[in-house]
Amino acid sequence: MAQQDPRETAGVDRRDVLKRLGLTAAAVPGLSLLSACATGGGEGETKENDVSGEDAKNPFGVDGSKPLSVVIFKGGLGDDYATQVHEPMYAKAFTGVKINHEGIVEINKTLQPRFSSGSNIPDVVANAGSDLMDTGALAEAGHLQDLTALWDAPSLDDPKKKVREVVLASAPSTGEVLGKPLLLPYVSSTYGLWYDSELFAANGWTAPKTFEEFKTLAEQIKAKGITPFAYAGKNASYYAYWMILISAAKVGGNEVLVNIDNLEDGAWQHDAVKQAAAAWAEINTKYSDKSFEGLIHTEVQTEQNKGKIAFYPSGSWLENEQAKSTPASFKYAIAPTPSVTAADKMPYEALRVAAGEYYFVSAKGTNPQGGLEYFRIMLSKEGAKGFTEKSGSLTIVKDATDGLSMSPGLTSVAAAQKAAGDNVVTNSLFENWYKELETELRRQTNNLMFGRIDAQKFCDEMQKAADKAKKDAGDDIQKRTV
Amino acid sequence: MRQGDTIKINKGPGPVRKSRTSEGRPPRRRRGRNEYPFVIGFLAAPVLLYAVFVIGPYLQAFQIALTDWRGLKAPNYIGLENFTELFEDDAFKSALWHHLWILIALPLATVAIALFFAFLLNVGGKAKSGGPGGVRGSSFYKVVFFLPQVLAVAIVGVLFQSIYRPTSSGMINGLLDRVGIAPVQWLNDPDIALWSIIAVVVWQSVGFYVVLFSAGMASIPKELFEAAALDGASRFTVFFRVTLPLLWDTLQVGWVYLGIIAFDMFAIVQVLSVDRGGPDNSTTVVALEIYRNAFTYSEYGYASAMGVVLFFMTITFAALTLRVTRRERIEF
Repeated sequence: MAQQDPRETAGVDRRDVLKRLGLTAAAVPGLSLLSACATGGGEGETKENDVSGEDAKNPFGVDGSKPLSVVIFKGGLGDDYATQVHEPMYAKAFTGVKINHEGIVEINKTLQPRFSSGSNIPDVVANAGSDLMDTGALAEAGHLQDLTALWDAPSLDDPKKKVREVVLASAPSTGEVLGKPLLLPYVSSTYGLWYDSELFAANGWTAPKTFEEFKTLAEQIKAKGITPFAYAGKNASYYAYWMILISAAKVGGNEVLVNIDNLEDGAWQHDAVKQAAAAWAEINTKYSDKSFEGLIHTEVQTEQNKGKIAFYPSGSWLENEQAKSTPASFKYAIAPTPSVTAADKMPYEALRVAAGEYYFVSAKGTNPQGGLEYFRIMLSKEGAKGFTEKSGSLTIVKDATDGLSMSPGLTSVAAAQKAAGDNVVTNSLFENWYKELETELRRQTNNLMFGRIDAQKFCDEMQKAADKAKKDAGDDIQKRTV
Repeated sequence: MRQGDTIKINKGPGPVRKSRTSEGRPPRRRRGRNEYPFVIGFLAAPVLLYAVFVIGPYLQAFQIALTDWRGLKAPNYIGLENFTELFEDDAFKSALWHHLWILIALPLATVAIALFFAFLLNVGGKAKSGGPGGVRGSSFYKVVFFLPQVLAVAIVGVLFQSIYRPTSSGMINGLLDRVGIAPVQWLNDPDIALWSIIAVVVWQSVGFYVVLFSAGMASIPKELFEAAALDGASRFTVFFRVTLPLLWDTLQVGWVYLGIIAFDMFAIVQVLSVDRGGPDNSTTVVALEIYRNAFTYSEYGYASAMGVVLFFMTITFAALTLRVTRRERIEF
């Protein structure tokens, strides 16, 4: 049962953690009951921390004599990136400063009593893993430092640019809790079609730029006895609906997805959604096999490693996840989803890139200014590069991989991100906001992709489910603007 | 002898007690008032535990079913809205249909197969000196049949994932492949997925009922079989005229057990089905919908309403079965 749903396996793959983090960051309203656990202590009125400053070298007015305490989740990413990259950089900036580092696994169990009692609160926390702190409750208790000053501060590499200008544009809003930017989502995940670049080079194949090319190529791949496209219907049908949503955004622009998130009337019946659904349904019904509906994601991914599947829809964690079963000759590469029509609003190169893995600075700690400065260091090119080197994951910092020797998959992601530039497909938030709608989407995606319904019916059924979600949500309906 | 007892004896408790006393057994004490604390003391703990952990949650589920509780904010009472909504819920409605099919197919198949095996194991073999016996090696078969029963559902799930695998690497499809039949989509085809899952439960349950029916058959006096044999009854006749009627009580119990399994099925569907209850809700069951609504959607009120419906369905079923199958007990 542990492998039933990749989203529900505790702390096994990072995507899961990213997802869950996304949930805690997004599902904030109505956490008042829980906040009682996070507050409680006898600290009384807290001092307002003034974190403004005009100095580009030290924009937050850090007192170099104050120690900085850092807590890092010691999970899949390790904590070497902190002890060997970010903390030395901070120590270099403030000579003689004392840094208390803790690399721990059970974040909530360790930290909750400290936040609750108000003593020994860490300044910087990497809030991750299966035992992470409830950021909604922390925010309500006023424990999270507002990061507006950070996003508006001059970046470490180029004082003329603000920090928000050197990172993935959606990152500051992804880290919002209760409408305020309180979290730093540091790691970026990139979504697309994954293939073995060696296999493709050996056969003279290139990733298709349009669905017409996709179909032509699929015929050639099929002739070689390889399944052109597959996803795992048993537990990972959402990998397929990601592709449909990305294609819908490419056809009609990000507002198509924003409208879906906002449960706008008729959002699912938009022509872009219908075209995207029809295009992917055609690929899966003609160029895949119905047996994949009964397999789980790792089974399908292993089939791909064996050279039996050409394209697999997934995100940039795939390479790490499959490291053990990937033969040396297999080189992961990512391709953006093909263009659906010639009149698509977004170019072929557009990619869905989402920020996740949350960090926060404690507002009621002893050194919030130091925490913000630590974040500014993390968001410098040197800091981001060091992180990628130590953890094997890309960050939200733009162009921070130059000169790095990376795995084939990451190299390909970095190149794809560069090619995409500002053409970033937005992350769909309804997946975490409305679980019932999401479950229905999984069901209808399998129905669509395995030929039981057509695109029109898919859109109609989803619209019905979205209307129900809207009715159920009532006043709790969530809205996003970008 | 305490005083209270003496007083009661003086009131004339009847001849039975006297005769027992005369047989040398101590007289049975009637419960004096001062013994109640003792009895109550023993009963109080289990009754309290039962009340707190069984009856309490039941009552609370009935209460929650009338609210829109989602776990975080205080619940609002919304009357029977959850229940009316239930009957517009496609997933719930298909779950109810699935229970009907399971309720018919599971006991029929399991009882039929188990009876057949139990008959062969106990009285189906050649008659021996001590009356009829089972087929050769029957004690070994008993162990083999019982084995699936002791496997955890998770293990059965993993096992049948490979057995039902939709490609030629699956066990069944591998065999079909050898004889040139295209792989059957056991769990992927909405038309057969539920039946594939029912078959797993039948496979797992048969062993237990073989043992249960064997025990029932063992308690039938051998003379009856001998008499039937002397009268020239065939095995077929013996089974339907002797074994089956004398096994009726056991069968009835088995039927109720299987019916209750039919109302559950949660774990096996959760482990085996595509997309949990899919494809396209073709294998979902009420317990799975309860789980999904409670723990995935945080719709505790709505999930409780489903639980209440399930509660009444199970109770009705058990009462109906016991009533319909009631027969006069044959004493021997």
